[in-house]
This record gives sequence, C-alpha cells and structure tokens, in this order.
Amino acid sequence: MSSLSAKIQDVFNEPACDKNRGKDAKARKEGCSKPLTPGATAGGCAFDGAKIVLQPITDVAHLVHAPLACEGNSWDNRGAASSRATLWRTSFTTDLTELDVVMGQGERKLFKAIREIKETYAPPAIFVYSTCVTALIGDDIEAVCKRAGEKFGLAVVPVNAPGLAGSKNLGNKLAGEALLDHVIGTVEPDDAGPYDINILGEFNLSGEFWLVKPLLDRLGIRVRACIPGDARYLDVASAHRARAAMMVCSTALINLARKMEERWDIPFFEGSFYGITDTSEALRNIAELLVRKGADPEILPRTETLIAQEEAIAWKKLEAYRRRLEGKRVLLNTGGVKSWSVVHALMEIGMEIVGTSVKKSTVEDKERIKQLLKDDNHMFEQMAARDLYVMLSDHKADIMLSGGRTQFIALKAKTPWLDINQERQHPYAGYDGMVELVRQIDLAIHNPIWRQVREPAPWDCQPAVKDELGNTKSETATLHAVQEFAGTAADDFDKR
Amino acid sequence: MARILSQTKSAAVNPLKSSQPLGAALAFLGVEGAMPLFHGSQGCTSFALVLFVRHFKEAIPLQTTAMDEVTTILGGADNLEEAILNLKTRTKPKLIGVCTTALVETRGEDCAGDIADIKLKRAEEIAGTEVVLANTPDFDGAIEDGWAKAVTAMIEGITRPGEQARQPKKIAILPGWNLTVADIEHLREMVESFGLKPVILPDVSGSLDGTVPDRWVTTTYGGASVEDIRELGKAAQCIAIGEHMRRPAEVLWRLTGVPYVLFQSLTGLKGADRFVSLLSTISGAAVPAGVRRRRAQLQDALLDGHFHFGGKKIAIAAEPDQLYQLATFFTGMGSEIAAAVATTDMSKILEKVPAESVQIGDLGDLEALAASADLLVTHSHGRQAAERLGIPLMRVGFPIFDRLGSQHKLTILYQGTRDLVFEVANIFQAYRQAPTPEELDPLRKRETPDGPRSSPLTRH
Repeated sequence: MSSLSAKIQDVFNEPACDKNRGKDAKARKEGCSKPLTPGATAGGCAFDGAKIVLQPITDVAHLVHAPLACEGNSWDNRGAASSRATLWRTSFTTDLTELDVVMGQGERKLFKAIREIKETYAPPAIFVYSTCVTALIGDDIEAVCKRAGEKFGLAVVPVNAPGLAGSKNLGNKLAGEALLDHVIGTVEPDDAGPYDINILGEFNLSGEFWLVKPLLDRLGIRVRACIPGDARYLDVASAHRARAAMMVCSTALINLARKMEERWDIPFFEGSFYGITDTSEALRNIAELLVRKGADPEILPRTETLIAQEEAIAWKKLEAYRRRLEGKRVLLNTGGVKSWSVVHALMEIGMEIVGTSVKKSTVEDKERIKQLLKDDNHMFEQMAARDLYVMLSDHKADIMLSGGRTQFIALKAKTPWLDINQERQHPYAGYDGMVELVRQIDLAIHNPIWRQVREPAPWDCQPAVKDELGNTKSETATLHAVQEFAGTAADDFDKR
Repeated sequence: MARILSQTKSAAVNPLKSSQPLGAALAFLGVEGAMPLFHGSQGCTSFALVLFVRHFKEAIPLQTTAMDEVTTILGGADNLEEAILNLKTRTKPKLIGVCTTALVETRGEDCAGDIADIKLKRAEEIAGTEVVLANTPDFDGAIEDGWAKAVTAMIEGITRPGEQARQPKKIAILPGWNLTVADIEHLREMVESFGLKPVILPDVSGSLDGTVPDRWVTTTYGGASVEDIRELGKAAQCIAIGEHMRRPAEVLWRLTGVPYVLFQSLTGLKGADRFVSLLSTISGAAVPAGVRRRRAQLQDALLDGHFHFGGKKIAIAAEPDQLYQLATFFTGMGSEIAAAVATTDMSKILEKVPAESVQIGDLGDLEALAASADLLVTHSHGRQAAERLGIPLMRVGFPIFDRLGSQHKLTILYQGTRDLVFEVANIFQAYRQAPTPEELDPLRKRETPDGPRSSPLTRH
C-alpha cells in the first residue's frame, strides 16, 4: 500500500488546484480529505469515485476485485450514454467468497476472471479495480494485471483506489492517475490533426455532450477523446496527440489535465457547458487554444459567428419562459453546478436565487456569487436536513435544484424539485440544454399536483362540515350537507 | 428434487445478489425509530443507501462507522463506539442495528465483544436505545441471510426470555424479506379478520410504505415497536413465512416456548388455504365471508388465466425462498421452469424448487440458460438480458428501480396470487406476436434442431 500512499500524497499536492494553492505548506501536506465522523458521514468511497470516472469508457470490461457488495450493490446505476459499445454496462466482479478470503485465493481468482472475460468478450482492455478487502488481504493487483496483460495480449489496467483510501473525490483523481500510468499515450494515432481536442471530465450524462458536439463539428473541431463520456479505449489511449483540452468537472480530473499538459504539452482551460455565456466562453477558449497551437486563425471569426447565432436562438427561446417564471424563487443546494452562468441565465429571465450552497465552491466562485446575489446571507456552507425541510415547508422557495441526496427533503416538504446532479434524466449542456433546464423548472413548478398535495384532507380542514354532519338529526339535513359538500368538490375539480 | 449446481466461473457477470448487510439493514428498517449502522468503510453504506433509495423512492436512514485506512489497521472499535454515540445524540433512535461488512469481518474484529463493552461503558449515554448486532460479511450470503440474521439478533437481544402468560389472541408473525409492503398490510388484515392480534417483525408496511409525514424524521417512522419485540413471548402462536425465517422462529421458540408454524410460501391456492385454515383453527372463528369471496375470485382467475400459462417456459433468478415461491406458482399454473438461478446455496428450500436443476449464480447464468424461455423473472437488473434475448421481463424482488410502486404489489394469499396470475397473463398478451407464414411453415420448422420456442400454434 506504500505506492498507494505515495500516489495519494502526490494527488493531494495539486498545484493547479485553487484551494490547494491557498494553503500553506503544512496544510497542503495534510491533504484535502477531511476526517470522517462515524455515524454522521455521507458520500461514496474512493472506489466509488474511481469507478464513476472510468466506467463510462464504453468498450472496456470493468472488473471489480471484491466481495459482492462493492459491485453487486452499485452496478448499472449511472445515466452516461453510449453511441456504440455497451460492454461497460455489463458488470464483472470476482465476488470473493469466505473461502477465497480465508484461503488467500484472491489473486488466482482474479487472474482466471481476466481470462474468462478475455475469452468471452474480447474487449480491447480490462480495468481491474482494487477494493477494501482485496487491499487488506494484500492482493497485488498490479502484478496480476501485468502478468495477465502479457499472457493474454491485451491491456489490463490496475485501478488502485480501495474504498478505505478516502473519499469519492480522491477516487476520481486516482482514476485519472491510472489513465496516466497505464493508458494515455500507449497508442499512436495515424490521423492526428491541428483541430484535435480532448474534453476531460465530461460524463455524457443523459447524452448531454451530444448537445455540444455538433457545434464543435460545425467548427471543424474534432474531439480526439472525451474522457470518460462515450469514450472508447483507443480514443483514450491516443488522447496524448490532441492539441488542446477543456476540463469540465475540475475537482474530478484536474490532475489529469495538468499532467497531460506537462507530459505532452496539451494546454487546457477550465470551462463549462452549463449556461449560455459559459458555453460560448468554452467554444471561444477552445478555438483560441487551437490557434495558439498552430491552427488557422480563421476559426476565430467563424466561432464568433456561430456563438452569435446560437445565443440569439437560445435567448429567444428562454424569453418565452419569462412570463411564467419571473419572480419565482430558486434554492440551489448542490456542489455540482460549477457554472454560475446557469444562475446568471435564471436571473436573466427574472428568477430569484434565495439561497445557494457554497460547500464545494472555490474562493473565486464565492466572489462571483457575491456579485450576482446582492445578499450574502443567501450563501450557506451546508444545511442540516431538518433545517432545509423547515425552510421548504415554510415555502421560502418555489423550487429546489439539487442532487438525489436531498430529493426527499424537498418532496416530503411538498416543494417542487429538480435533479441537476448525476442521476438526472434530462440533458442540460449547451444552448439547448439550458433551454431544457428552464423548461424542466417550469414543468416542475407548474405541475398541478402541488395544489393537490398541499391541500389538507377535507375532514381535517372543514370542521363546519364535520360538525354539521355529526350533529344533524334529520335525514334531509344530512342529505343537504352531503350535496353541498359534493358540490364544492366538483367545482374544485372543474377549475383545474 | 432439483440438482444444485455450484458456481464454477471466476468472474461473476451481472450480479444477481445484493449484499448480506443490505438484507440486515432492510430488516432493521421494519422497526420503528430504527437506525441501521454499517460497520465498514463509507462506500459500503453509500452503495446500499443509493440502491434502497432507487427501489423505495424514499429517504432511508442508514449510517456508517466510516472506517478508513488507519482504523482498518488499528481496529474499528473506537469508530463503532463513536458512531453509536453520535447517532444517539443526533437522531435519538430506539434501535441501532449494527450490520458488519466484509471489511471488519476480514479483519476478524470481535464486534459482539466491542458492543458489549460499549453498552457497559456508555450505559448512561445510550439508555433507552437498543443496540443489536448482525454479523453479515459481504463475502457470504445475500439479502435473505442478512434479513434472517437481523431478525434473529433482535429476538435474541430484545425479546424477554422465558415462558410467559400467553395472550390467546396474539399471533407473532415473522415474514420473509420477499413480502412487500402490500403483502404485510394484507397479511395483517387477514389475521385481524379472524379476531386475532398480529405482531409482525419486521414490519416494513409501517416504515417503507411511502407516506408524507408532517415533520422531518431522521430514523424510521413506523414499523414494529421495540416494545412489540420485547413482548413477543406473550404470543400464543408464531407463524414464520419462508424457509429463511426458520432460524428466527426456532430462536423465539427456544427463548420463550412460543410454538411456530412455518409456511415456505403463501403464494398459490394451497398455501393460502393452509394459512386460512390455521387462522380459523387458532381463533376458533369461521372463515369470514370476505375471505371466501377472495378465494372464489382466485378460483376464477386460475380458470381465466391458465390458458396463458400452459406450456410456457419460465426463467427465474432470485433469492432461494423467492425462487421457490415463484417457481411453484408458475408450475402450479401449468408452466415449466426452464431455468432457475439462485443467489446462494445455503438454503434447504432449493432442493424443493420444481426445476431440473438450480444454478447458483448470476444474471449472466440466467441469460445463458434462458435463451429458449418465454418469460424472464428477476429484478430490474435483468433488463439488459431481457433486451438482448428479446424476452419479456417480469420484475420481482430487489432492486426494482425502473418501475414505480413495487412495494405496493401484492403477491401472497388469494388476492396476491390472483394479481400475479393477471400480471403474467397480461405480459404474455402484450408480447403476443401475429402469426407469420414463415413461422408456421411445416417444412421450415423441421430444420431447426432444438425445435421452436413454444408451439407457434398456441395463441393466447
């Protein structure tokens, strides 16, 4: 595990990370993982994080070396989309039994498992994930992978990120390290060109990268590798020949972007495809980086033309929602939305931001939020479930945008909610994606169920009717009361 | 008797199992004011939690002792203590159900000893909260085993031991994990209709039935109460449902002398008849008119439904008791079990599954065995296999994450069996293909060596 510790130290010491740069030498050495509180901890482990980053590589067999739970409880659970191969959705695990653990048969079983997968599925590569138990019993997955790769003649990539190493975020970075150590640069493409780029940290959730890629195609820009969304192994293996890169989900793969710049001179910028201004900015940055690396500068005016066209269309589409959404109050409770241009777009059509979590935001992010929101009080580090529930129950927001973790706080408080994290059902990237996000907000807020679920049961709120029914002596009076009651109910119904 | 074929592959392909601690947590969730606690790394809890949420569409109380590299080397007792104390202060649960994971079991931790120490040392702080332990390493068993171990642990840890004055109307019911929320509700109504008073452990119908409480609760809000568990010994009779509930029922009997009757399945006319007769005997009451009516409805459903079942080949992958429950249901309707795959080989019920053989394995095995089947029966993860094979999928068990309302589906007694008959018949009718001349061509058919799937002449 000493090589793993060294790796973790290396990953923690990330010069390209804003937060890290702000720390002194001592704090930096302690790393960025906070100690966990037993009995009060939420979130995934390092293995989870590593698998999230690598699993969307579509034609690879992902083999989890573990007892059942690590893979059995978690497979087929994310909405990344693939345009071609489907092997990534097939789940492979060594499913270690008690006997395997006690007899120390883990490595042998792993080796055999690799052979079975190779013989049955013939994938271009197999990624092997270590986990808590296999790290604890000392299985040397790097050695097994090396041996199996030589013997079977395919890439067998060890991903050394057992859950006990730390958080999901650390796992994201260790996955990037695995790609750097074993995959990227192992294949030389024969078609490298001046308009080749990499997109790093784009997961193609709900296929949303397909809302952006046609724009790049239009500009003649080729995505050499999108890592990991809809990627093939060969794309990733030859990613070192791209001319420039965009890093989308910065906390996840910043080490990958920086080291690719160091090793292969691929400059990168941090950008986002969420929101209109950010999408434009991203296209602009890509074009500029390519020109800096020798592409024909005529791409710059073409990019501007495309941006102008697309922005005009998007703003026009969004304007249609102003009437319905103006003055509606949004609570943002997520660390996932890095893009303040989403906030910008919502405010542009007249929505009000009544609160936002800044737990994962950088200092710069916080500055931008302060400028956007007039009131600092609207920023919070983290809100306890109970407080959030009370806030929503008191109708202090018209909708909450968050991830699945707080979904039921909103729903049980009978408040509209929209998933903007990884389990979401709709694509939100690019110009059309922003319009889709606003459309979904509109649909959520204006769904007729809210009036129905917030209404108490009639016998709880109409004591007059209850008393009347309870006290009535004569039959005709009862009949009258019943008719009256039925009448109001029918009227209510018509109005909807 | 079915032959049990053990697993020979090294790589499990598309797992069928959910882990043992998950099963234990599910049982603890059937207790009011409960907080299940996984003793392992944070990922163990996170994965189980996400899966529960995907299935139930509810906030699920589940916590972790958050073991990391250091505590894994030094030992997890301190983490366990800290977690219990933190949970006690933050959520004031009535029950903390500790489920061990592969991580601490591989270390060989003495969790029972640790918990005994904590209870002694922290008696004052944790007063009013029961702490029970289920040893549930992930490398062993699956949901069924974890569920049964948790129920056993609750009876051993909470139920007052010794013979007690019996309440003649009180019936203890120990349902298997495969009973849905709707099943438990139905079971309660059925028992009550005989004037009996059921105490159900675990009772997910009170906690996982999807309601909207008027305040935010961090533990479960409903289910069997700790007091109910303590007083189980006052029941006149215990009824256990599913072979995996034999052990908890035995333990209750040994502790308190409450006799038990075990039903391996409550699905199907015969099982329902036995159950209703038992209730009638215990209560001395005649079978109520409403129940007789339900029985007649099932008779009619069998008559109307059997056309769709006869000769059909069914491929089922499930936990042992559920496999038995469904396989006997299908063969009871005239279908044939073309493939039976079970999660573990530890249950005696597997020998009684009405199939030639039972493969211990995964959904990869099911897919390989089911090529000629007419229907796949397993949980939502079977969707990929169903798609590739072009065979309809009936979703049962856990997890069901791509359909709503699975917890409200009734599967037992007259009414549940009736509903199952209709569900299956409707799947077949929905997938009915129009006849084609090629398919019916008598000369062409001779050339296929294995014969057609089921006779194309049979139309639904």
